[in-house]
Amino acid sequence: MNLQFVVDGLLTGSMIGLGAIGVTLTYSILRFSNFAHGDFMAWGTYATLAVVSAIGAMFGKIAPIAPLSFGWPLIVAVIIGMAFTALLALLLDKVLFSRLRTQGQAIIVVMASFGASMALRSLLEFIFTSRPTYFSRAIQIAMPVGFGIRITPDQIALLLVTAVLVLGVHLLMTRTQAGRSMQAFSQNAALARIVGIDVAMVVRMTWIIGGALACVAGVMIGILVQIRPFMGFDMLLPMFAAAILGGIGSIPGAVLGGLIIGLAEAGAVQLIGAEWRAAVSFVILMAVLFVRPFGIFGVRER
Amino acid sequence: MDLLGYGAFFLTTALMFSLITLGLNLQWGLTGLFNVGLAGFVAIGAYTSALLTTPEDAARLGGFGLPIIIGWLGAMIVGGIAAAITGMATLRLRSDYLAITTFGVAVVVQLVALNAQKLTGGPFGIGFIPRPFGELAETPLLFNLSNLAVVAVVTLIVYLALEHLSRSPWGRVLKALREDERAAISLGKSARFYRVQAFAVGGAIMALAGALQAHFIGFIAPDNYLPILTFQVWVMLIVGGSGSNKGAVIGSILVWAIWAGSGAVTSALVPPEQQARAAALQIAAIGVMLCIILLVRPGGLFGDMPRRPRFGKIAKAVAGESTTK
Repeated sequence: MNLQFVVDGLLTGSMIGLGAIGVTLTYSILRFSNFAHGDFMAWGTYATLAVVSAIGAMFGKIAPIAPLSFGWPLIVAVIIGMAFTALLALLLDKVLFSRLRTQGQAIIVVMASFGASMALRSLLEFIFTSRPTYFSRAIQIAMPVGFGIRITPDQIALLLVTAVLVLGVHLLMTRTQAGRSMQAFSQNAALARIVGIDVAMVVRMTWIIGGALACVAGVMIGILVQIRPFMGFDMLLPMFAAAILGGIGSIPGAVLGGLIIGLAEAGAVQLIGAEWRAAVSFVILMAVLFVRPFGIFGVRER
Repeated sequence: MDLLGYGAFFLTTALMFSLITLGLNLQWGLTGLFNVGLAGFVAIGAYTSALLTTPEDAARLGGFGLPIIIGWLGAMIVGGIAAAITGMATLRLRSDYLAITTFGVAVVVQLVALNAQKLTGGPFGIGFIPRPFGELAETPLLFNLSNLAVVAVVTLIVYLALEHLSRSPWGRVLKALREDERAAISLGKSARFYRVQAFAVGGAIMALAGALQAHFIGFIAPDNYLPILTFQVWVMLIVGGSGSNKGAVIGSILVWAIWAGSGAVTSALVPPEQQARAAALQIAAIGVMLCIILLVRPGGLFGDMPRRPRFGKIAKAVAGESTTK
């Protein structure tokens, strides 16, 4: 078996993991599975693409940074895109989710997220049509790194970005007051309220982190694969599976779950064939639900 | 005469949707089980029935040439078993897990339909599915009307059976579980067992609807069972009002009228190269509509929805709970 699947798996796993952080946070703090999370990804990516083309229109053609396929416009655009996606998530929460949450029915919120996901995705299709687009059409030369593995400069950069982001979020959650408030709230919402934790702040942070990371994950897909309105929706099942596999509420768990699913998908592509890739996360999900429904790092039903 | 034919065709399609909605109403409206993969169960029914009834085909497995009614029964059995397995895996966990799993079921069914060419014919689907009253196809009007009669009778039977079930002791247990799980369990009712049953029966009804539709059109392909179908049926149930079988049927007809009507208008007014865009906008509009109904009138037209959270979780914001209806 060719070891190339390790690199492919780690990359897919990074995208899944970054998305799954948002899913697991929404699930553990706002207590619903957000079916619109994949569409945050797609919206973030298209927003980034729009900013890139705007910068291109303003400053003309800009050479990419040495070995990479993209230059500073994309880096600036991602940061703007992250802010945009976070705002989009906050806006959706304000007009839709927060109102339904106060009615106290978790599953109605899930349904609303399903409706919102359809609407968001179709709006993208309306604006940009379903034709795939790309950040760059340049083809990168993959360098051999031994053991039969080849990797492109873009892929190395994105793996590093993922590592930095995951570390950053982990530090944010464990070392800052805001992060600790979020953890407290997810463990015991009532108690957290009593000790005076700012609930509105916790909710805001959840959406901002989830939205921003969804945007990065989407842009990674955009750089390595392609940009389509359905790109986020297709990631939904792997993201849910990763969040559950890692244990709901656990950020290291979401990332590890993402990596496991990414590697399993890449392995399955080699062994069985690419057309069955999407079934991998379902098989893993079912196995987890039967064997250990609280996941790797999770605790039994609270 | 054309109008009558079209009316029959429209109503047949709408009633097939209402059959799916009835199945969903049993799962969600009566029992509070959230199924976002119903397209998968509809597809299972359609493919099962198609495999059982089509004439033999060398290119793929099966084609057993059995009578149509056997196909329908087979569809219900397979759909019911698939739903029961899904339910057994997830119904002891939080309600969201069921939602995620059913979503996965739809993805996998879609994948199998596309890739298991030996079984499903792959992207080209299965053709030559025998149609009831196929010999009447020369006179379209008679053909449409007789099909409408078949679908109407099946829908009526399912409707009456469900009405009866929801008033029976069995239905009362489901409602009790939906309203207050702890109270029902303390009366000695096994929550999981009853939920799996309801989920399986709902799945069987959806599969039957899929089978009916397959035999009505005579051809099936994976494209018929995309997430958009799930979404349409949910809107139909929410508009009609979850918990009410009457609402499920009327909501289906109403939403299908809006859907088909707006589709006809856009295809008449919008230039062909913009059709795909217009269709996307149509879906977006319906999505927004679903959210607005959930916000403004969660009970729908004929709703009878629980006002309590499921799975015995702490009722947050009790003060915000209204006790209308």
